[in-house]
Amino acid sequence: MVVFEKPHALCDVPLHYCPGCTHGIVHRLVAQAIDELGIEGDAIGVAPVGCAVMAYDYFSCDMVEAAHGRAPAVATGIKRALPDNIVFTYQGDGDLASIGMAETVHAATRNENITIIFINNAIYGMTGGQMAPTSLPGQVTQTSPYGRDVATAGFPIKVSELLAALDGPAYIQRVAVNNVKNVKQAQKAIKKAFENQIQGKGFSLIEVVSSCPTNWGMTPQQALDWVEEKMIPYYPLGVYKDKTSEEGEK
Amino acid sequence: MPKVTFDEDLCKGCGLCVNACPKQIIEIKKDIINKKGHSPAGITDQSKCIACAFCATMCPDCVITVEK
Repeated sequence: MVVFEKPHALCDVPLHYCPGCTHGIVHRLVAQAIDELGIEGDAIGVAPVGCAVMAYDYFSCDMVEAAHGRAPAVATGIKRALPDNIVFTYQGDGDLASIGMAETVHAATRNENITIIFINNAIYGMTGGQMAPTSLPGQVTQTSPYGRDVATAGFPIKVSELLAALDGPAYIQRVAVNNVKNVKQAQKAIKKAFENQIQGKGFSLIEVVSSCPTNWGMTPQQALDWVEEKMIPYYPLGVYKDKTSEEGEK
Repeated sequence: MPKVTFDEDLCKGCGLCVNACPKQIIEIKKDIINKKGHSPAGITDQSKCIACAFCATMCPDCVITVEK
């Protein structure tokens, strides 16, 4: 009996990500959700600009590449034109929380019936490790060599808390992929986000606290430990908004 | 009988599976270099495996297949 194998919705090609990059884990979780719900033929993914820009090569469902940050707007158009298809976006923090913030907030407040997978790794990965809107105070990056100074660079954007303050979105949850327990929770959250869309419940966003060993200058395991020690205390995990439960809005 | 197979050509040797294994029976095979130029992970003692699939859960590259 097979306990674990590569999900069918993930193409049989090597991923281009750096060794130990948790993008691979989240790709697999999305593919597992697609497999479990049997929506491979109906799913349409929207790839971002960032490290995950080549996600269209990795998912076996239909994929569209959006301009930088515009994935929620593109997904809105696809979902409205093809309401029976399952539309998801897969975005990083430079894409969703920086250039694409307007599209994200407006898609959320309109409660578009789409699913967003948001990877928060506190840095711009693809361009070489510059400070992102989500970089922690004091975090050393290429553009903040003395650590992020909140007096000039401001404070990190907490996307889940920010969107949960809106009346629109149906489901907002923050998860992490730094250990087996958290990966299992992330798997459940991502599956729920797809189920919400299938049931027509509206906008679901799953923020995944993730790692970037290369640009953080750490080994893959050190990076996961850093997620536990530094990122999760700043970005607490949990369900921030749930209009889908039977008791109503939380 | 639990059986774990590693697709060594896909492995990037990140070692997350090594730390995830509760039985500590996975190691990086430093004497091998795969097509990508990495030293892949492999299992040292198949008989101790409990098929928990923790290694495969943490693997970013879907290198590992677990059967029992």
